[in-house]
Amino acid sequence: MKSAVIVFPGSNRERDMLYALEHISGHKPITVWHQETSLPDVDLIVLPGGFSYGDYLRTGAIAGLSPIMKAVKEKADKGVRVLGVCNGFQILTETGILPGALLRNAHLKFVCKEVKLEVATNKSVFTSAYSAGEIIRCPVAHHDGNYFADEDTLNRLDGDDRVAFRYTSETNPNGSIRNIAGVMNEQKNVLGMMPHPENLIEPAQGGTDGRGIFESALEWVA
Amino acid sequence: MKARIKITLKTGVLDPQGKAISHALDQLGFEGIGDVRQGKYIEVDLAETDPIKARAALEDMCERVLANTVIENYAIELDGA
Repeated sequence: MKSAVIVFPGSNRERDMLYALEHISGHKPITVWHQETSLPDVDLIVLPGGFSYGDYLRTGAIAGLSPIMKAVKEKADKGVRVLGVCNGFQILTETGILPGALLRNAHLKFVCKEVKLEVATNKSVFTSAYSAGEIIRCPVAHHDGNYFADEDTLNRLDGDDRVAFRYTSETNPNGSIRNIAGVMNEQKNVLGMMPHPENLIEPAQGGTDGRGIFESALEWVA
Repeated sequence: MKARIKITLKTGVLDPQGKAISHALDQLGFEGIGDVRQGKYIEVDLAETDPIKARAALEDMCERVLANTVIENYAIELDGA
């Protein structure tokens, strides 16, 4: 599986992501600076976590205007898989590639801990390696992860089976509506999620529950 | 000309910062504090002198970057217009 990781000024989780991708797929990912205007042919594009542009104006807002995001949107429209984690998820909602928005955590505190996620659907290129309803562990680290969308959008997401992950109600770390932790676009080739699966991929990290997302993506590469 | 833009959260969007402010005011002993909502205020200096053109440009700026219309409303005031 060929992959590319986009780096913005203020990204800080790209190394973890590069490591996870190389470790699991066996191929060294390409790193792409946000000022680039085109992307190489890859199977997966990843927007990593961090604090692009210091979260100025709104999280992900300025990064969403970076030249590379036009290319990311074009690839996403063509069906190339795109994964946005944490700040990457915020950038995907700011550009409208994914619906909704990420608000300040309901308790106003930065949260850095492990949560439990329910795999809300396994009918996707990102979750097929899990079983539906499976509960997995995953770390989170964010200040603005409180997912919000209007009722119509939420009903559509549920109806179309586009919620990939939900926090178990006891571990919802940010007050996100309907416990949503990760959502997909209409074609289900773009996933945005607040938790960091790249930080739980080998026993040395305390578990391998996050591997499924990368293994699912691998499965779908012919 | 100078524009003053107020960006506020839409009704129904949870505002945890507003809630914390309300709580703080209450703790300081200010009585009768109800709902508090926090927003943003942005000033933009423009070379444009035609208020109609300026407003059109500002609306475009709000729609594309200054506000996230999924969660926020915006109001534009133009000096001398």
